[in-house]
Amino acid sequence: MHIVVCIKQVPDSAQIRVHPVTNTIMRQGVPTIINPYDLFALEEALRLRDKFGGEVTALTMGPPSAEDSLRKALTFGANRAVLLTDRFFAGADTLATSYALAAAVRKIGATYGDVDIVFTGKQTIDGDTAQVGPGVGKRLDFMQLTYVSKVVALDLAGRCIDVERRSEGGVQVLRSRLPCLITMLEGTNEVRRGTMVNALSAARATVVKWSAQDAGVEDISKCGLRGSPTVVKRVFAPTPRAEKAALVEPAGRPPADALIDEIFKLRPKLEADMFELARGF
Amino acid sequence: MSQPPKPAAQPAGRANAKKELSEHFKQYKHVWVFIEQERGHVHSVSWELMGAGRKLADKLGVELAAVVIGAPGESMRAAVAESFCYGADLAYIVADEVLTDYRNESYTKALTDIVNTYKPEILLLGATTLGRDLAGAVATTLLTGLTADCTELDVDTDGSLAATRPTFGGSLLCTIYTLNFRPQMATVRPRVMPMPERVEKPVGRVIEHPLGMVEADIVTKVLAFVPDRDKAQSNLAYADIVVAGGLGLNSMENFQLVRQLAAVLGAEYGCSRPLVQKGWVSSDRQIGQTGKTIRPKLYIAAGISGAIQHRVGVDGADLIVAINTDKNAPIFDFAHLAIVTDAVRLLPALTEAFRKRLSPHTRDRIAS
Repeated sequence: MHIVVCIKQVPDSAQIRVHPVTNTIMRQGVPTIINPYDLFALEEALRLRDKFGGEVTALTMGPPSAEDSLRKALTFGANRAVLLTDRFFAGADTLATSYALAAAVRKIGATYGDVDIVFTGKQTIDGDTAQVGPGVGKRLDFMQLTYVSKVVALDLAGRCIDVERRSEGGVQVLRSRLPCLITMLEGTNEVRRGTMVNALSAARATVVKWSAQDAGVEDISKCGLRGSPTVVKRVFAPTPRAEKAALVEPAGRPPADALIDEIFKLRPKLEADMFELARGF
Repeated sequence: MSQPPKPAAQPAGRANAKKELSEHFKQYKHVWVFIEQERGHVHSVSWELMGAGRKLADKLGVELAAVVIGAPGESMRAAVAESFCYGADLAYIVADEVLTDYRNESYTKALTDIVNTYKPEILLLGATTLGRDLAGAVATTLLTGLTADCTELDVDTDGSLAATRPTFGGSLLCTIYTLNFRPQMATVRPRVMPMPERVEKPVGRVIEHPLGMVEADIVTKVLAFVPDRDKAQSNLAYADIVVAGGLGLNSMENFQLVRQLAAVLGAEYGCSRPLVQKGWVSSDRQIGQTGKTIRPKLYIAAGISGAIQHRVGVDGADLIVAINTDKNAPIFDFAHLAIVTDAVRLLPALTEAFRKRLSPHTRDRIAS
């Protein structure tokens, strides 16, 4: 069995700062991490490999520095890592990203063995779109299984897979076919720690680096900024409210009482509503 | 001496490049909203989108259509009838037993086929698990642009869709255009748009389109559906009062102070994203761009700094009260009431004070 896990290196969002004057992102010195949602995908892939045998290939698209994330994936136990890096990929939206990643998955299949499952996280924490996974699946013509909370059964010989999938009002239990694309829900498994043995071999391992041409991308105009149907017209910080927040000054009174008075002064109707709600308890 | 008029200088960059539509795409007209049903129940995000879609259609001077896909029968008829009450000029339906359960293959085919046949310029879907699953597959099949999780939708002077969403992990906003591709697709999360007023109206024009697919064509089978027990799902998105905590609470133990205040108020409780990432609170309690969007009458934010990612989730609240030790915290830029103090100390006092104020005894005194 051959599983490809797509991961993304993202800035650690807790540490992003916006420049107070220019309103631009201050990227300098912001540490990067593997997109946390992708770790659940990686873990699920490793578990399936440990149970059914085969290999796990970690794939990412990004700048050369994204190699760090791939090394981390090797430490967790991935068998190999492929970095898709080329200036032609820069500025890609979800459609262009899925084009490049799908090409790379095809090439990985041709080079290292047919791909049975592609795993991704349910979304990234920097883009938050949850659209690249479905896009890759569609381009590969793989069965699309999103928001999966559990792989219930896998029958490699019968090319059959059962999963539980989160939907708005419940859980769908689905039976589908390999090859498939799975986006994994968070909190669905306990992400393992990297072992010392894997860490040592990861440090020695070679991360495979592919340009667009290496990955067999057929039409470079479908990649990156050129291949993106959407364009960012402007980036801006939201305007503060016209009036600043009214500051509650307790002036010797208990602050809690002063605050409640201010709340009811601003919204007199709330008091009656709150009586109603509080009565429910 | 007057200068001959010159064409306006093109702005640099790609923002206006390739925006000119090819003749083929100029036929694409009207605004569509995908009406999401699950097990016969329409998700309220669909009606919220009808409100937003109505405004776009009016600005463009075009029609607003509801797209209803599902099994034929009473719930389909009801969904179509409701869509007219929420502002639809017409409805497109694909009704087939095969569409009883949502499955990506069948719904992607149904939606892409009617788009290719009737050619809308704008297609809106809810950013739910179903809507995101479908939107990604449809946009890739149609090879068009998709802007996910928008917080604002508007029409540009040239008639194109201007979709605004948070970016950079929710620290800034950006406005996104779709270049020379149609339809322009966007998803919006539940509760981001206000619920429009429902006006009783008769059913108007309905155009039915065949699915052109039988059960044997669909690979994925639904073995079972396990509905959530009602109690398991929090009512956070629809609560009248919400109390939430952030990193300013300093520890997982202190989060109970938020829950205690919420209990006294009969409110729902929530948290900011870092608390979910730390594992202090479960993810269904997260408020913000990647969590729930709320529109309560009163929102109390305790120890939350107020990053944009959080702000877009609470902007619809009628009254925002912020408790924070840092008087420069961004939350004070959008809160209505601010108190600069340690939430860990204020919360228990606030709980006690509210308990006294809202006791039946106090109410009787006010009433008399």
